[in-house]
Amino acid sequence: MSESIAPLENEGKKLRKVIAASSVGTLIEWYDFYIFGSLSVVIATKFFPADNPTAAFLSTLATFAAGFVVRPFGALFFGRLGDLIGRKYTFMVTLLIMGFSTFAIGLIPGYETIGFLAPVLVLILRLLQGLALGGEYGGAATYVAEHSEPGKRGYRTAWIQTTASLGLFISLLVILATKKSMSPEAFANFGWRIPFLISIVMVGISYFIRKNMDESPVFQKAKDEGKIVANPLKESFGKKLNFKFVLLALFGATMGQGVVWYTGQFYALSFLQKVANIEFEQSNYIIAASLAGGTGFFIFFGWLSDKIGRKVVMLTGMLLAICTYRPIYQAMYETADVSLKTEVVGSRKVTTDYMMIPKSVDLKKIIKTKVAYTDGTEMTEEETGLVTLFPGKNPVKPEIKKTIHVGSGGFWYLIFLVFIQVLYVTMVYGPIAAFLVEMFPTAIRYTSMSLPYHIGNGIFGGLLPAVATYLASKATAANEVAKTAGQQIPFDKPYLEGLWYPIIIGGVCFVIGLLYVNGKDKEIND
Amino acid sequence: MNAIRRVFGLVWILLGLAAGYFLVVLQSFALFEKGGMDNVVPAIIYSFILAPLLTGGMVIFGLYALQNEYQR
Repeated sequence: MSESIAPLENEGKKLRKVIAASSVGTLIEWYDFYIFGSLSVVIATKFFPADNPTAAFLSTLATFAAGFVVRPFGALFFGRLGDLIGRKYTFMVTLLIMGFSTFAIGLIPGYETIGFLAPVLVLILRLLQGLALGGEYGGAATYVAEHSEPGKRGYRTAWIQTTASLGLFISLLVILATKKSMSPEAFANFGWRIPFLISIVMVGISYFIRKNMDESPVFQKAKDEGKIVANPLKESFGKKLNFKFVLLALFGATMGQGVVWYTGQFYALSFLQKVANIEFEQSNYIIAASLAGGTGFFIFFGWLSDKIGRKVVMLTGMLLAICTYRPIYQAMYETADVSLKTEVVGSRKVTTDYMMIPKSVDLKKIIKTKVAYTDGTEMTEEETGLVTLFPGKNPVKPEIKKTIHVGSGGFWYLIFLVFIQVLYVTMVYGPIAAFLVEMFPTAIRYTSMSLPYHIGNGIFGGLLPAVATYLASKATAANEVAKTAGQQIPFDKPYLEGLWYPIIIGGVCFVIGLLYVNGKDKEIND
Repeated sequence: MNAIRRVFGLVWILLGLAAGYFLVVLQSFALFEKGGMDNVVPAIIYSFILAPLLTGGMVIFGLYALQNEYQR
């Protein structure tokens, strides 16, 4: 009996090693990709001065191009390589490109030192990051799936699925820890470079772990049997037989998954900070705690998809998300809405400061109001205006900045509300690697699954913050126009208008998935 | 069920065309006219990335559905 158990144990050990090597590398790539986004405010001040239009244009390109355009190109480029020369070598190349780019961003001198070369170099490196990310995920997911035994593919690949959330979580932790370990001035001067620089250590470790791994057995078998195709791009997108499944994967799965993912993890943070006005640190803790609580569910739903099917798990998550987003975001808004809270009597403190403005005869007037509420919430309002010494000069509208620190009850309630959204993310995202891998044959798997994944996530998902913010600000502007004209406001809750984007995209994807996606799991050893 | 899948093919084609019209004619044109970085960049993304993907992809997907390519 021990003779038959030993090979099984070795096989289990090998599989765990495969999953660990693939997941750690992918996790590091996500970490590298997210620190740029999380530190975008600091990066903008160092490399992209707002008063310079060309630098501002480069900044916009760095934000949009890397997230939207370059990722699908990376998927095509590295997907093709992966289907021609192998999964292992390709995802080692993507790891090295990502590690090098991230480390190099941490070394580039600022705009003040080397001028325009600084934003140009940052843009190039950011594009390289996007390319590498486009190639990495498909390789890791395919590699793990092709090592997994049938009936456990959802569970095994779900480990890869945890890496995007964990990468975001770790990037937030590293940034918060770096910020806490030094003064705000030191962080602004050099501290922001540390999260970029330490990436090289993680990439180095991951590279050596991956280096010792074998090629995927399914790919190796196909290669040995001469079943590798000469042109995977033509085979994937030029033949109706395969291309129809690429379209189905995009419109029936990854498009909806992408918007649910971005709503739960990015729009939630943006909504907390910009709409609910919750302070930077507290809003990041809310997201980090929700991610920490929800990450294990990627594994659970991946495992569940092996038992009851990928389609039912993913579509249930999508349906729940589109039906409950509006009430969830309404509850988030109300939790931070101080007009619904009771002020502690005598807590209101108002201070007024005047500051000289260099090279101007005007004065900056700052009125700071601090209010405490009975549920422990604190609100700080800063009204910054100008005191002009020329009576005839047009008055400038004062800028009002509100920051809210919610009490402990509200804090935990917000964690719960974001956690529900993370749960939806785990339902749609946990089984998707296994789902995509099972849709395509070995010879074109890397190419065919990477493109719909990165269009769904990079383009449909990546556009979400911009489109949702645009829709919400358009509704707010329409209300202001109506108010000024003395008419009834057209939008009762303008802050919820941005949610129509994930609701409509998710709704279309749900119907397509329900009608056309096959609920039965497929064999991949073709 | 195959008949429903086929009929819905027409819905996807119309939806793709409607999405293209909405993104390019109703949104991008107005944004291009307004000018400025904040408006031009989303207009470029709508016109040259999102609209071709949605319209082209949905129309082809709808055609395949009409041709019974997804029947089981």
